[in-house]
Amino acid sequence: MDSVSDPALLTLESCTVSFGGLIAVDELSLQVRPGELVSLIGPNGAGKTTVFNAITGVYPLARGDIRLEGTPLGGLPPHRVARLGVARTFQNIRLFRGLTVLDNLRAAMHHGSDYDLLRAALRSRRWAATEARLQAKARELLGLFELEGRAEEPAGSLPYGEQRRLEIVRALATGPRLLLLDEPAAGMNPAETQRLMDLIRSLIERFSLTILLIEHDMRLVMGVSDRVVVLNHGREIAAGTPQQIAGDPAVIEAYLGEPTH
Amino acid sequence: MWAHYLPRLVLYVAIGSVLVGLDVGLPRLLNAYLVQILVFVACNIVLATSLNLINGIAGQFSIGHAGFMAIGAYATAWLSTTHGQRLLAPYEGQRLEPLLIVAYLVVLMFLGGLAAALGGLLIGLPSLRLRGDYLAIATLGFGEIIRVLLLNLEPVGGATGLRGIPQYSSLFLVLVAAVVTVAALHNLGNSVHGRSLLAIREDETAAEALGIDCAHYKTSAFVIGAFFAGVAGCLYAHYTQFIHPRSFDFMKSIELVLIVVLGGGNLRSVILAAVAITLLPEGLRLVKGALHLPFDPRMAIYSALLIAAMLVRRERVLQAVLPGRKGGGLRE
Repeated sequence: MDSVSDPALLTLESCTVSFGGLIAVDELSLQVRPGELVSLIGPNGAGKTTVFNAITGVYPLARGDIRLEGTPLGGLPPHRVARLGVARTFQNIRLFRGLTVLDNLRAAMHHGSDYDLLRAALRSRRWAATEARLQAKARELLGLFELEGRAEEPAGSLPYGEQRRLEIVRALATGPRLLLLDEPAAGMNPAETQRLMDLIRSLIERFSLTILLIEHDMRLVMGVSDRVVVLNHGREIAAGTPQQIAGDPAVIEAYLGEPTH
Repeated sequence: MWAHYLPRLVLYVAIGSVLVGLDVGLPRLLNAYLVQILVFVACNIVLATSLNLINGIAGQFSIGHAGFMAIGAYATAWLSTTHGQRLLAPYEGQRLEPLLIVAYLVVLMFLGGLAAALGGLLIGLPSLRLRGDYLAIATLGFGEIIRVLLLNLEPVGGATGLRGIPQYSSLFLVLVAAVVTVAALHNLGNSVHGRSLLAIREDETAAEALGIDCAHYKTSAFVIGAFFAGVAGCLYAHYTQFIHPRSFDFMKSIELVLIVVLGGGNLRSVILAAVAITLLPEGLRLVKGALHLPFDPRMAIYSALLIAAMLVRRERVLQAVLPGRKGGGLRE
């Protein structure tokens, strides 16, 4: 496929990730179009998070090819992948717990600075202007996610649900095109999950995002996804709309085991 | 333009006047011994705040900071004894001499800083692969290598030390250097650069996932920290006029780590800790005479006070050692 006419934002082509003898992701191919929300589901150990780690450059590919709008991501270190517009959250929340909520966001906005070390050390006018701009942008984002009241609090002191939300805002602060969400609803009650679902849907519009989502909460997955890809043992076993997936015998088998009679 | 810089200009002129006042007034009020202690206090402020950038802000546990100081001290002392003195000799006694000496010393501080920064680059590179205890041991090894190298390097005196260094430094210049260092490091902490270092301290994986080039920033922390340590070494050598590898041994590095840990990563507390830790052993010299003791309890009291300080400041100490507790870096 020609990369110019490639309609996909993210393309995985027969990607394989292996740890020694263990094949965690096996010949996985996947396309995510701009503005789409695709969910990756599957039983524990199916290789979902490994796919995220392969896309973001944490794990190297044994075989295959990953492209973002035609740009190959293979071999790039995580920070380079991030600068190309891929942001992520983590399954086990990884906030900068000792820093304030505001500084968590500002740390993510480092690419938006246009001053060098000397200007920073001298507090030049450009430093002042840039800092004011970053601060305003950070506060605006916090406002959108109803976290502005927490700006000066250490991130580690926030309640669990707000920490999850802050991690998503922090990822957005990098100005991504593709957002990878790893189990954002883990540990949330149904009401919180519902609010999260609305939030995720609104992100796509507001930030012209494309989202790849890993989630175990099926209500959430079925409610927000355009398409669902089901993994088991590192392989794709089904893909389609939420309705198609819900009735797929292979999926039911992967989750519940083979029927005994 | 002026509106942005004027308040600070006024502040710096005020600080400068106070320093000039101290420089003129103190030597008349205090004897040479006390002035020298104040010079050491200011040197330790430069050293401790620069180590704080590496240990406290970037979270890279380094216990070889005296090595960087040694590089700056020896490189500049060697330059002065072999070339600098001869260069300035024709102006001796002339009106211009004091100005030339200051200009020469400023250039020398930069050179000493650059030499040490090169050392920082050398040790910063392995820091990319090492974490925690392993990094600490590597930096310890680096400091020892520098010391042993100098001990065997005859052109700079070897085991007899390097003597006859001209006293170009003064209390005033050391204080100015301390103020400039603290201001620069404070501003750096409140910038994209400082926040990236804090992010790395808190969670390297997350920092990298946000596009922060951890390798680059960690190395830069070592380079910048080492630069200021080299400047301090230069000022130290050109004040004491005699340096020996022993002056930059492991205990010196430990003293600096102690100051940073006691200060808990907070710049203001680190400065206070630097003052206290430098003054304390000197102040304790008075105890023996005052109590008419047959032995000198100085180091015993010093150690006991350190233990007490750690107990009292346990919160802060924990904060420096275990990342992810309340408050961070330069927040007051």
